[in-house]
Amino acid sequence: MRRWLLPALLLAALLGLWQIACSTGVIAEALSLESYLVPSPTEIASSLWENRDLLAENAWVTLQEMLLGILAALLVGVGFAVLMHRWRVLRDAAYPLVVASQTIPIVVIAPILVVWFGYGITPKIVIVALICFFPITVNALDGLRSVDPEAVKMMRSLNASPWQRFRRVEAPAALPSLFTGIKIAVVVAPIAAVFAEWAGSDSGLGHLIQSDTAYFQVARQFATVVVLSALALILIGLAALAERRVVSWR
Amino acid sequence: MSSETGKSQTVDPAPLIADTTDEGILLRAVNHAYGELQTLAGIELQAPAHSVIGLVGPSGCGKSTLLELVCGLREASAGEVAVGGATEADQRLARCAFMPQRDLLLPWYSAIDNAALALRNQGMGQREARSAAGALFERFGLAGFEAARPAELSGGMRQRVAFLRTLVAGKPVLALDEPFASLDAITRAEMQEWLATALRTDPRTVVLVTHDVEEALYLCDRVTVLSARPARIVAELRAPAPRAEDRDAAVTDPVFVAAREAALRALRAGSA
Repeated sequence: MRRWLLPALLLAALLGLWQIACSTGVIAEALSLESYLVPSPTEIASSLWENRDLLAENAWVTLQEMLLGILAALLVGVGFAVLMHRWRVLRDAAYPLVVASQTIPIVVIAPILVVWFGYGITPKIVIVALICFFPITVNALDGLRSVDPEAVKMMRSLNASPWQRFRRVEAPAALPSLFTGIKIAVVVAPIAAVFAEWAGSDSGLGHLIQSDTAYFQVARQFATVVVLSALALILIGLAALAERRVVSWR
Repeated sequence: MSSETGKSQTVDPAPLIADTTDEGILLRAVNHAYGELQTLAGIELQAPAHSVIGLVGPSGCGKSTLLELVCGLREASAGEVAVGGATEADQRLARCAFMPQRDLLLPWYSAIDNAALALRNQGMGQREARSAAGALFERFGLAGFEAARPAELSGGMRQRVAFLRTLVAGKPVLALDEPFASLDAITRAEMQEWLATALRTDPRTVVLVTHDVEEALYLCDRVTVLSARPARIVAELRAPAPRAEDRDAAVTDPVFVAAREAALRALRAGSA
């Protein structure tokens, strides 16, 4: 109870302060802005309600980009981690490159991917997958490598084939670490999706924020941010829930 | 002086030349090295079928390496290792069940699924494997804990499940690497008695690695004392009353105490 109550109270207090600051106009005055550029929580809430269809439509687009991107990263990342674990040569060759690839700013390659794949959903999935690939691959590989060598010896002496060793020991042992990677991926996926939409798109929450900038629709921008955060929170919650179901021994 | 004591305790080799073709173990002039680091030097060992031999030695002397060699988990640098007459590592592996130092029960499986691991690996279905392993749970004082996760078991129970897992593999040779090292003194004594009983009812050829001389002399028929690295044999002792039913009486018997002192002297001489 306390776990939920205290943050909720703090959030309510912050929103209250914001509301008061807006109604007295202190923020707008301090920034020398027109008051409609500094929307209050109630204005954001009413914008959220008025634009519910538009927001839902665009949220669905962004959600698809995130989910498909994470799924692609999961398939490729786990597959790659397993291959690197199985073949030492591949790990020695590829792992430094995987780490080095993280220095490439995604903002820079996003427009290139739009040139290659067009304005559809494909470049968004690719960008989300590229960003999520790293935490998933690295954590999956770490998990696979965390297996006690004594457990491998024990399994060998209990007639386990390499596949049985993987299925009964290595894969389950890697799961907690893999979920750490998935949770990181889920946190960065919305950022990746918004970047991808900014690089070129005609729908999605990122696109909506961008186009609202041109028309000073600040209240709706805030409403969009609220929806985006809510999506991210739901995804994180789902990932944590899945972890608890799957990694039941922890 | 102490090395002489060791020699005087060396068992007469004559009765040891037993049938090692079926389930016995034979090591001849075995050397092993990790790169430049020599771990085993000229090890000669012989364990007839259904005998229990103990390996004691200072920490890090190469006892575990020797055990892994017997199991076919490693290859010797020189010399011959035969288990049931087979010298190929794969064939040794097929004949030996290895119980590692820590219980290493898999936390994602229940106690019974851990115990049945070898059967599942051999391709047996889950239900069949569970009933085969479950039949032994009562005998091992584990009845009612079939579905428990390893984290829910006590240290002694975990060791029993780990031993059960090794036994269920159905191999003629059991290789136990300090099976009770992690337990407190009381539980350890209980587990020694328990293992003695288990081996009386289900005899196997056992190689037991331990740093506890008393444990080795109580559980084994013969105890081989190894020196510090590179390990060579400093003494071979015959246990006065292997796996006696009354453990407390056995380990306080003057003959046992003398054997224990002799083993400790040999151990000290070998560590120097």
